[in-house]
Amino acid sequence: MNILKIQQEWFGNVKGDILSGIVVALALIPEAIAFSIIAGVDPMVGLYASFSIALVIAFVGGRPGMISGATGAMALLMVNLVAEHGLQYLLAATILTGIIQILFGILKLARMMKFVPRSVMIGFVNALAIMIFTSQLQHFVGETWIMYALVALTLAIIYLLPRFTKAIPSTLVAIVVVTAIVIIGNINVGTVGDMGIITQQLPVFLIPDIPLTMETLLIILPYSFSLAIVGLVESLLTANIVDDMTDTESNKNKESRGQGIANIVTGFFGGMGGCAMIGQSVINVKSGGSGRLSSLVAGVVLMSMIIILGEVVVQIPMAALAGVMIMVSISTFDWSSLKNLVKIPKTDSAVMLTTIIIVLATHNLAIGVLAGVLLSAIFFAAKISKVKVTEGQVVQNQKKTYRIEGQLFFASVSDLPSKFYFGDTITEVEIDLTQAHLWDDSAIGALDKIEAKFAQNNINVNYIGLNEESKQLKKRIGGISNAAGH
Amino acid sequence: MFKRILLAVDGSEHSIRSARYAIELANKFEGTTDIIYVVDGKTAKEDVLHSTNKLEIEKKREEKLKPILDMLDKSDMDYNTNVLHGDPGPEIVEFANEKSYDCVVIGSRGLNDLQSFILGSVSHKVAKRVNCPVLIVK
Repeated sequence: MNILKIQQEWFGNVKGDILSGIVVALALIPEAIAFSIIAGVDPMVGLYASFSIALVIAFVGGRPGMISGATGAMALLMVNLVAEHGLQYLLAATILTGIIQILFGILKLARMMKFVPRSVMIGFVNALAIMIFTSQLQHFVGETWIMYALVALTLAIIYLLPRFTKAIPSTLVAIVVVTAIVIIGNINVGTVGDMGIITQQLPVFLIPDIPLTMETLLIILPYSFSLAIVGLVESLLTANIVDDMTDTESNKNKESRGQGIANIVTGFFGGMGGCAMIGQSVINVKSGGSGRLSSLVAGVVLMSMIIILGEVVVQIPMAALAGVMIMVSISTFDWSSLKNLVKIPKTDSAVMLTTIIIVLATHNLAIGVLAGVLLSAIFFAAKISKVKVTEGQVVQNQKKTYRIEGQLFFASVSDLPSKFYFGDTITEVEIDLTQAHLWDDSAIGALDKIEAKFAQNNINVNYIGLNEESKQLKKRIGGISNAAGH
Repeated sequence: MFKRILLAVDGSEHSIRSARYAIELANKFEGTTDIIYVVDGKTAKEDVLHSTNKLEIEKKREEKLKPILDMLDKSDMDYNTNVLHGDPGPEIVEFANEKSYDCVVIGSRGLNDLQSFILGSVSHKVAKRVNCPVLIVK
């Protein structure tokens, strides 16, 4: 990488990056706290994560202008681990997540993203939105109308304020106003302070306090694996969105590695695993941010605010945070997919709905993605496994031509022999493979079987129109070499 | 008088209707029409989510504008298409003022009072801040 490019990525847009970084920091605080509460850890764990991830990604990320931090998708994956084993295991799992992501980056697995179909991605964001929303319902249990009124007020400010000014993030104004009302009116509602402690100090380097045994590894590995996959899926999706919004390219493998490094560092500094944030990245670009500096500024301002304002932060009512999370869930959900549900192919809708249902049933976005990819692979195989066989006329009482069209592979050849008629009193059969492609040994096997059946009736089989690749495969496996080349 | 017209579109019915007026106006004054389409953050997210790659995104956006481009093709007029990213209102204003067009033609979504209070009206914003005359097509 040359100096000019580094200079451009860091200092090509100083004013825009500093301003947007500040805006993002202000919008990040409520989300980082709320995501910590979803995961079941102290608010500081999410705040440290957003600080350290934003900071590290500024240097090692592959997509300048993208904002990363503690996210809902990752927080939702941690719930059980935290509940059963506690924070130290979460920190260890975060470090392992980073290691796995670096491996993904080295193995250039970002390319594999193209195997995740759109319908799975849409299912992913919709399931994420639904889970963020349902995670808030617990805060309403047994609450009075005051809680509902405060949530409604929060949402009203969030959605209406941008009509008058876009200079300050409306989520922050909503939080400040609602917190002020609760403090001044001395209203007794649940606050952030009830959920955990805010410490007004910088994170320190710590090695997670866990036994370094095989058992520990087996506990955290499944979580780390899920976290690594979900983190990369969301980060690469976000990178594509930022690419489009800024009309520039980004290095996806570098971003995978960067996410890994950021998670390792974060785990050692007491933060929970995170990834790129769609909403915050869109806010950043909209506010004029496009360089690495914006992410750095966001992290530093976030931490400074917490150190200065820690005492106020604990007084933020849960109602205000629940309001912010409802907004996050509304903007995460892909509303256009509802409109398109009847328009798009049925298989696409099925994949999308399956992804959502599996995520909601397992509470695991990673399993949903894998199941969605698998299901769409099966649909794809079913779609291309349609093979057409056309039977020609008998020529001079001794020769007949069959034309095969389609992809011959394990899923498509099982009923291929039944499409041939072996009882003709002829001496020669020609199989035209011009419109066919042989993919595997099942294809060769099926042709062998057809050939053998014809041979039983003393009919000789000839192949024509094999393409080069299919010829190679046939030669290698060799079963029908006796008939080929005649 | 109206030699260089800027037509702001979003692919909706309203923008197709406003395209008709823009073309007629340009024909009358033997002028040209340029198209501006601004992709905002929400649309960018949707487009990326619903496409597998960059080419598909471009194709989708072209398809969105196709009825309008077809009309312009038929009119034998010179035109340029500009796809920009950002907040539609400010982007259109900046583009129109910078390139000093003679007239901006834009469709109105026809929102009611409550909707325009919540969503904000792009055409109002443009009409207020663009230096040249603005034709809002209802």
